[in-house]
Amino acid sequence: MLLSLVKRPEQSKAMVYVSPIIALGLTLISGILLFQIMGVHPAQALYAFFVDPITTKYGWAELGVKATPLILIGVALSVGFRAGVWNIGAEGQLTLGAICGGGIALWLYQVDSVFVLPLMIICGVLGGMAWAAIPAFLKTRFNANEILTSLMLTYVATLLLSLLIHGAWRDPDGFNFPVSRIFSDSATLPIIWQGTRLHLGWILTIAAAIAVWVLMSKTIIGFQIKVIGQAPKAGRHAGFSVNRTIWFSLMLGGGMAGMAGLFEVAGPIGQLLPSISPGYGFTAIIVAFVGRLHPVGVFFAGLVMALSYLGGESAQITMNLPLAVTGVFQGLLLFFLLACDVLITYRLQFKFPVTSTRGSKHV
Amino acid sequence: MPPLLELKGMTKTFPGVKANDNVNLTLNAGEVHALLGENGAGKSTLVKMIYGILRPDSGQMYWMGEPSDISSPAIARSLGIAMVFQHFSLFDSMSVLENIALGLEKGIDKATLEQQIVDISNRYGLPLDPDRHIYTLSVGECQRIEIIRCLLQNPKLLVMDEPTSVLTPQEVSKLFETLNRLSDEGVAILYISHKLDEIKALCEKATILRAGKVVESVDVAGESPQSLAAKMMGQELPPNPNDTQRKVGDIRLDIRNLNQPPEDQFGIRLKEINLQVRSGEIVGIAGVAGNGQDELLKVLNGEQLSTQAGAVSIDNQPCANYGPNQRRALGMASIPEQRLGHGAVSTMSLIDNTLLTAFQRLDLLSFGFIGYPRSRKYCSAVVEDFNVKSNGISVEAGSLSGGNLQKFIVGREIKQNPTILIVSQPTWGVDAGAARTIHNALRELADNGTAILVISQDLDELMAISDRIAAICAGSLSPTTPTSEITIEQIGLMMAGVTGDVTGNVMGGGQC
Amino acid sequence: MYDILIAAILTIITAATPLVYAAIGEMITEKSGVLNLGVEGMILVGAVCGFAAVHFTGSATLAILAGLGAGAGLALVFAVLVLGFQASQVATGLALTIFGIGVSALLGQDLVGIAYAGLPKISIPLLSSIPLIGPLLFNHDVMVYGSFMLVFAVAWLIKNSRAGLILRAVGDSHDAAHAIGYPVIRIRYLAILFGGGMAGLAGAYLSLAYSPLWVENMSAGRGWIALALVVFATWRPWRVFIGAYLFGGLTILQLHAQALGVGVPSQVMSMLPYIATIVVLVLISRDINKIKLNSPACIGKPFHPTS
Repeated sequence: MLLSLVKRPEQSKAMVYVSPIIALGLTLISGILLFQIMGVHPAQALYAFFVDPITTKYGWAELGVKATPLILIGVALSVGFRAGVWNIGAEGQLTLGAICGGGIALWLYQVDSVFVLPLMIICGVLGGMAWAAIPAFLKTRFNANEILTSLMLTYVATLLLSLLIHGAWRDPDGFNFPVSRIFSDSATLPIIWQGTRLHLGWILTIAAAIAVWVLMSKTIIGFQIKVIGQAPKAGRHAGFSVNRTIWFSLMLGGGMAGMAGLFEVAGPIGQLLPSISPGYGFTAIIVAFVGRLHPVGVFFAGLVMALSYLGGESAQITMNLPLAVTGVFQGLLLFFLLACDVLITYRLQFKFPVTSTRGSKHV
Repeated sequence: MPPLLELKGMTKTFPGVKANDNVNLTLNAGEVHALLGENGAGKSTLVKMIYGILRPDSGQMYWMGEPSDISSPAIARSLGIAMVFQHFSLFDSMSVLENIALGLEKGIDKATLEQQIVDISNRYGLPLDPDRHIYTLSVGECQRIEIIRCLLQNPKLLVMDEPTSVLTPQEVSKLFETLNRLSDEGVAILYISHKLDEIKALCEKATILRAGKVVESVDVAGESPQSLAAKMMGQELPPNPNDTQRKVGDIRLDIRNLNQPPEDQFGIRLKEINLQVRSGEIVGIAGVAGNGQDELLKVLNGEQLSTQAGAVSIDNQPCANYGPNQRRALGMASIPEQRLGHGAVSTMSLIDNTLLTAFQRLDLLSFGFIGYPRSRKYCSAVVEDFNVKSNGISVEAGSLSGGNLQKFIVGREIKQNPTILIVSQPTWGVDAGAARTIHNALRELADNGTAILVISQDLDELMAISDRIAAICAGSLSPTTPTSEITIEQIGLMMAGVTGDVTGNVMGGGQC
Repeated sequence: MYDILIAAILTIITAATPLVYAAIGEMITEKSGVLNLGVEGMILVGAVCGFAAVHFTGSATLAILAGLGAGAGLALVFAVLVLGFQASQVATGLALTIFGIGVSALLGQDLVGIAYAGLPKISIPLLSSIPLIGPLLFNHDVMVYGSFMLVFAVAWLIKNSRAGLILRAVGDSHDAAHAIGYPVIRIRYLAILFGGGMAGLAGAYLSLAYSPLWVENMSAGRGWIALALVVFATWRPWRVFIGAYLFGGLTILQLHAQALGVGVPSQVMSMLPYIATIVVLVLISRDINKIKLNSPACIGKPFHPTS
């Protein structure tokens, strides 16, 4: 028997939604195998990973806290990916958002005003955009690959944050630890669910996801992005500008990643640290793909990925499992998804060897 | 002696189509045999099976009397079958020598190969410089590489898939000399074409395919082009509607001293192009592929901007620095050669593909939001009026056949009532019915006062529909001549870049 | 002064060697028309497997082979997804990197904090005692020699061998190569595996010789720099080699500037290779003709042999 791929006459709409579910299933199966190999009881481990974290109100709120940056960045990246603009440096743009927005908080740490937070958000967004403007400029002006430039800038951003925190922005009363001052109350995001850490950013994230959904499905800008991504030449024929699309995608990605970074430091963290993100900017890439580059999908994918972060932490505490398992799960999920996506354009066909009428060997 | 190649009951099915249905064919050594049929009749499928690229679902091939399973091109070549494809299998960034070496089964040293190439090109009249890179060559030269590649293997059978569609008439007669010489040496030639004059001139036998089945195998000598056409199409097509003299009006499209540098070094520089197209006339531009047609289309429709605003004017409005949508607003529509990926997006629905070029002229947007109900309505109208066979209007453009997609694209532009229409290769690779629909639509549009510019490599098409003809060669455009006053041979000279009095006996000239 | 110079050049060589391996491997993959963005992930997995092998077996040979095998193994996953399942090369490459970071961290969790003596140096008799040249060229570990040979071999094969010609052909036009009868998919599998193996070796060099220990994420972006080097080198092996050594030079600058007490914060010095990568990329990419003429035309495009 032979398994072969046969091209469908048209892309399967159903498979677009089924494929992530199959991928999730396969990831779980691999997880069981992985735990078996590691000598951990699979049922216990899976429970610790995927159920235990959300058995409490606090757990649910944490899910929202972790999902906020993932969804925010994932939604923005999905727009760029649709346009064929590979902004891989969201982690760096997030860092710059945290630096710029957090810088405002440190600068105005004695000011008690309702305007501090909005100013921080604006600066966070602008910081992320400025960082993303570098690859955008280099791509449109010099044709430099945005994947490599945006990624290199991530390393630079991390070092920049480290430089500031080890230097000018170090907390003067912090016993020389590399951390900044703790932000004042007016520079901290309000909590929207008492007794948890769920903050205003969650609401803004949902609003942003809806806005992007409208943009992509109802407006000519979204249409333009889709056309440029699928057939740049057809886009040019239609009068759409590739360069403008590159700028738009990177500005949106940078802005929303910057906002996510600011939300982290003005929300759950509350100060600037040398490391402010466990790789949200990279995980958001997976979120965007698993969410089918669609805001609604990204929302759910963001929750799943947030759960994998919580699960990693919970499994580390309760079962002494290494945190790295989270990364493995995330990578596996994306692998399986990419493999399953073949079913969107192809279908599997089982071929049974038929007695050949040509009387000769067959392949 | 058994025939060189015999095919019995060859059948091949693709999803939705029976491309070949019980095809039989016999071919003797030294015979020049035509495989004749419309686009989509199954000619290419058949030869791909002969060459081992496709496997038949059923049927048997006999090579010199022996049953043979040709399961790969390598096996085909080892038997002595060589093929020149319609699409060349060449590597742009490599030299002629490297390309030929890649076509051989085994590596041989450079000097020997170079000597062999020189020998063959002298013997068969196929001049080539082994050290040049492919991207600097013309289409005709590229074809010569393919032929030399084949001849280096000392083939017994040479299959040629539509070889003349990319050549000037003069190059065609040179090619025929080469083929006749080969046939005299005992090489069988399987010649695929739908051009009846060529088959009359070159071939002894013809096998006619229609809808995947063999209609008949005939001796060409006993047939007329008309009788061959009737067999190929299944019925006598009504003659073209006689072009009623249209009322030619003012200049709509005015191109003056247009110079345009290429986008990159693979492109062609447009040099001093001058052309006026008037309301109600169809002007044709002939030319061998890759002589600046693409570049011209792009600079006319605004995909490529020019710094000299006055180089292109629409109704006296200089617009060479305008983008595509500004030009659409002035009344210009265009249809590029490449359907999927340039004219349409294959993974998008017909509705979205309508929107692609119509959103502005038909005012389908309000405050940036897309008016889908009206887009749908317009899309349905296009599908209906142009008889586009599709499973609704929500299907992907990529799922349509070439002919239907082309009808859709042409319809999408024509129904926007353009005052100028620029169309490249309007019927390339489409079946006869669709070609007829498209030609009639173009004529009707001209009758209503639109200025139409047709860029095509198909001289028969240009002779049939255009009022005036010019030719493009290496980025330069010849002056136009009324179609009624010019012969195919004269256009051929113009396509080859011969300037001056083409009606006289001028020979030599250009690089094309 | 003499000693400092020798030490400096030796540091450049150690810094450049992993880049040579990774970039040459990626260059071969790209020559076949496939863009594998997973170099960083493959380096990390190669590094952790190499280090684990030497830790558990004590054999440097096995360790090097483990690195090679691990890189190639991860590349196989990429190849199956991209060639077998028609997955997007960009997305799959990114997945490979994310996965590689995770897997290497998981595999290496018990190896953190263990030290290894480093690959033994092999002095070539007589030659190594030549002043200046001796210590510079003839007193290295086996992987440094290997990197020299790799560049020689790859440069020769691409230019002169039929295999090199076919590799370039597949990357230039997979349709034409397929039509002539070359097994495009098989050739690409081999090229991807080679690229993965070399990335694995780069990783093994990092954890066995460059800094003989295992730390999470120890490649620190070298995989991405290698990708940029391939573009910088316009897909030519000797330029890859030169590029790798230029970057090695930057590393030395970074180390020695601190030693010499230059008043620049260490973070700024650490930024140098990344900023240099961007600058270099811009300088090369701005000439579109150069890129178009040299880059494999099919790079990143999916291939499905339909007919």
